[in-house]
Amino acid sequence: MTIDIALWLTQDAITNGAVYALLALALVLVYTVTRVIFVPQGEFISFAALSLATLQAGKVPGTVYLLMAGGALVALIDGVAAIRAAQPRRLIGIVILNIGLPAAVAGAASLAALRPDNLWLQMLVTLAIVTPFGPIIYRLAFQPLAGMSVLVLLIIAVAVHYLLTGLGLVFFGGEGLRSPPLSDFSLHVGVLNITAQSLWVIFSSIVLIFTLWLLFEHTLYGKALRATAINRVGARLVGISAAFAGSLSFTLAALIGAIAGILISPITTIYYDTGFIISLKGFVGAIIGGMVSYPVAAAGALLVGFLESFSSFWWSAFKESIVFTLIIPVLLWRSLTARHVDEEEE
Amino acid sequence: MLKHSLLLASALLASLGCGASAQEITVGVTLGATGPGASLGIHYKNAFQLFPKTLGGHPVKYIILEDATDPANAAKNARKLIAEDKVDVIMGSVSVPSTTQVAQIASEAKTPMIALSPVALPPDKLAWIFVVPQPVPLMMSAVVEHMKTTGVKTVGYVGFSDSWGDLVLKALEQHANPAGIKVVTNERYARADTSVTGQVIKVLAANPDAVVVGGSGTGGALPHVGLVERGYKKQIYHNHGTVNREFIKVGAKAVEGAIAPTGPLIVPEELSADNPIKKVASEFIQRYEQTFGAGSRNAFAGYSYDGFLLLNAGVPGAMAKAKPGTPEFRSALRDAIESAKNVVGAHGIYNITAKDHTGLDNRARVLVQVKEGAWRLMK
Repeated sequence: MTIDIALWLTQDAITNGAVYALLALALVLVYTVTRVIFVPQGEFISFAALSLATLQAGKVPGTVYLLMAGGALVALIDGVAAIRAAQPRRLIGIVILNIGLPAAVAGAASLAALRPDNLWLQMLVTLAIVTPFGPIIYRLAFQPLAGMSVLVLLIIAVAVHYLLTGLGLVFFGGEGLRSPPLSDFSLHVGVLNITAQSLWVIFSSIVLIFTLWLLFEHTLYGKALRATAINRVGARLVGISAAFAGSLSFTLAALIGAIAGILISPITTIYYDTGFIISLKGFVGAIIGGMVSYPVAAAGALLVGFLESFSSFWWSAFKESIVFTLIIPVLLWRSLTARHVDEEEE
Repeated sequence: MLKHSLLLASALLASLGCGASAQEITVGVTLGATGPGASLGIHYKNAFQLFPKTLGGHPVKYIILEDATDPANAAKNARKLIAEDKVDVIMGSVSVPSTTQVAQIASEAKTPMIALSPVALPPDKLAWIFVVPQPVPLMMSAVVEHMKTTGVKTVGYVGFSDSWGDLVLKALEQHANPAGIKVVTNERYARADTSVTGQVIKVLAANPDAVVVGGSGTGGALPHVGLVERGYKKQIYHNHGTVNREFIKVGAKAVEGAIAPTGPLIVPEELSADNPIKKVASEFIQRYEQTFGAGSRNAFAGYSYDGFLLLNAGVPGAMAKAKPGTPEFRSALRDAIESAKNVVGAHGIYNITAKDHTGLDNRARVLVQVKEGAWRLMK
């Protein structure tokens, strides 16, 4: 292996690792706040990438209709609850948030579909389509059972994953899609040919990670999330709503997933089921971080990127096996060193 | 009293059951229109909507089950179709592992099967199995012949890390080695990979005269685009699994000039007028695109259709010997398909013999090339 090849592979590793790191952060965030191992995290990637590609083809993606249906369902459940609690005034807010907002997004989507050259508008609309799926999924699937064991929550997560993958197939078909890059510009540094898109991926990942850090360290909402992650009961005692914290963490996870999807859609072909594999690799990173540590999870995701890139050069047929086998020594080391806390004892 | 009426009812039901199935042929189908093979399976399944209500002039019932491209599910479906629905013939499935599973069960149950994808079984295990698609070596021989005429000496291979990737590589080596063409790399990737940089660099380092991609559908675009992005300027070949319009949509300008073998049904307009396949292929493609949209043509729907045509040709002979729903009929149907001669399909002309249960020849393959964003016949 020459230095050139090593540099190329490193560049590839960092680009992919940055995406995995974003997903690892989202998985850690959701797990620490809600104890949900969020299997459907990858679906946000597929939904975002494919919705963007569909908008570029001048069509309104099926995710828009799913968003309206999901919003209506939430409105129905919350509305009935509000009426039962004799608080009809809350209805207005519920309707605006769950029916008005998706309708506005649908309007924006049909507008964006008519402007195939306006990539920025389409990306914004894609974010607006995919991000609300976070709170909707939390409200419909997890909030009613938020107090259940980690295993039950995992099983729900798997069910949601299958549901969303199936819907993805209905909306986007079995073939993959790819969207055009923001610019064709590429930078020549020595032997390296760095595309603008890979710079975008790395730059956006760093900005997003920094923003998350700011959010957690310096805002009340971020502190509320951290408090819930550290001690759920204690957080509730000081007035932090668990449902709100859960909903917020899912919203952030969906936003991160959507951004990751938009970032990688010009780099590779995205299928309705691609997101799952990508998020699994982020999951390996999150496992290295013990599902609790953000910096270690991000570093772990980067390690996955390197492992993947270099093994695809040396031993491509076994690349996936190598990446996913990494989880075994990590789990072994984790279970030998970590203090075991039984859930019932919490 | 109760016992009597129950007996009577069951006798009545039994006679009704017999009456309904006396002349009706039952075709059991297992396909994967979801799961990893969805992009192929949807087309396979679509074609069944276009089939007439008769088979060889006799009423037919298709029972189509979904196997989600999972070999275990395909096997379960096959057992159900044979045991519960008592099908006369089985068709399926979309992936090599699934089809192989179904083929083993069909052989066991002595039920003829129309295999819609290649089967990974030795020829002596195929007594009850008829394979519709062109054997991969037949297709790759066209690619190697083209390499020979352009003076290619070394070829790099990048393929799926699954049985399809193995089949294409094996077929390529089978023809390339005797032709003096050396296969210098064997790189693998998965359909859902976000990057193939490592594999592409390995191929570039070997600097072969040409590259063969062993992917399918849009999955074939990733290494092609990667190679072109990194400055590979020589010919890149694909296989017949890649020929559809989505591949060109995803690969855009980068895949211009790509060459692939395929069945003649992809380019019926460009076939010469004296080619007997032209009529069958044109009619089928026309009907398919009327129903599923312009440009939706693909090889997979054609396999379903050719499977139907083979059955259509075999049924009259079997009907003369036995009644549907009986082991005798299944056996007679097997014999009838085995002696099918000059069945003109959309993919080729089937001349099945006891030794060759596909029966296709060089007329079943053409080379196509991406020109100005469409697959065009190479002459």
